[in-house]
Amino acid sequence: MSDVTARETARTVYTIRWSPGSDRLHGVCHCGAEHEAEDPVLMWRWLLAHPDHEACDEASRPW
Amino acid sequence: MTPFPRNQWYVAAYRDEVGDDLLGRTVCGEPLMLYRLQDGSVAALADRCVHRRYPLSMGHRDGDRIVCGYHGFTYEPSGACAYVPAQTRIPRTARVPAYPVVERDSLVWVWIGDPQVADTATVPRAPWLDSPGWTVVRGMEPLAARYGLLVDNLLDLSHETYLHGGYIGTPEVAETPITTEVDEDARIVHVRRRMKDVACPPFYARSTGIEGRIDRWQDIEYHPPCLYLLHSRIAPTGVEPGPDGDDSAACHAEIVYAITPETETTTMDFWMVARDFATGDEEVSRFLAESNRTVVLQDVVALNALEKVIATEPAGYQELSINIDTGGLAARRLLRKLVEQ
Ligand code: FES
Ligand SMILES: [Fe+2]
Ligand SMILES: [Zn+2]
Repeated sequence: MSDVTARETARTVYTIRWSPGSDRLHGVCHCGAEHEAEDPVLMWRWLLAHPDHEACDEASRPW
Repeated sequence: MTPFPRNQWYVAAYRDEVGDDLLGRTVCGEPLMLYRLQDGSVAALADRCVHRRYPLSMGHRDGDRIVCGYHGFTYEPSGACAYVPAQTRIPRTARVPAYPVVERDSLVWVWIGDPQVADTATVPRAPWLDSPGWTVVRGMEPLAARYGLLVDNLLDLSHETYLHGGYIGTPEVAETPITTEVDEDARIVHVRRRMKDVACPPFYARSTGIEGRIDRWQDIEYHPPCLYLLHSRIAPTGVEPGPDGDDSAACHAEIVYAITPETETTTMDFWMVARDFATGDEEVSRFLAESNRTVVLQDVVALNALEKVIATEPAGYQELSINIDTGGLAARRLLRKLVEQ
């Protein structure tokens, strides 16, 4: 049981949820960090910056 | 142009296509010749005679040996040359590459890269294609377009509404929330779209016999580079799987694509539809085969047009990605990763 839990939490899974109609993407990293974005390219950049999400957030701003 | 991920399994043919005859197929730029040995297994050799390059698939067999149709070089299933015409000395370099082959789920998979690292345990599975209780229709359409365009196409099903309206597309496909999940370790892209209380497209209305509104699930599972699974669930609205996971009140279609690069700008588009409903109904089989082929051909026309556009565009053209492309972008990244490794 605890083995399964350990394996589950160890999985490197990135999740992005999107409701058409809303323009917002909601991303969840495997570390638990969450992020909102309006562009899938920026969202992937943010997720894949793990563990440096903070740094990426600034760098990836389009303006 | 992105090169091919070579150290990967690719579908070269359907099981039934490989028999006594010599079948020529090109995978990732490598011309192959496939045939079935007397023990029932499949051999895949380079389709190019070591002597003057004549395609071995244009020769003939002598038992399990292959005799080149030009000057008679004769090869073992291992690729080793057993005979050269009119002399007794066989040059040491007289051998053609042999490729690892494995048959799974009615598909013939080949390994194009380094045979030393070919692991048959890593062949992705599609068990519905060869299981009791399931009926399968299928086909293969040649595509005059790079395989990446088919990957893009299949990862974003919102195109169904526009390109396949009246077949599998309904307005809701482009309006329903989507979850994209990338399992980095297993190297799988999931794109899930669960539609509730929606219209039933003709593709499913006529085949399942369900009348009225439906719940429709589209769960994509892409195993780059070659295998794409679309777990499609169709049920009368409100019918949910039981607490024990029993989902026998719903209809399931497992839609499978094998995306096999042939050359840099051509692709084999293997498509299969497995179903667990109306399994004995020939009329439904005919209808699904014909409808799905029509849908695939609509994609073929579109992707062939895209390939022409790409061929003539200036270098450095930038595409624009929007939210519907979230899964496609993930697939492209995993493919790049496979190429680099
Ligand atoms: S080309 Fe095959 S024997 Fe000459
Ligand atoms: Fe399509
Ligand atoms: Zn993280």
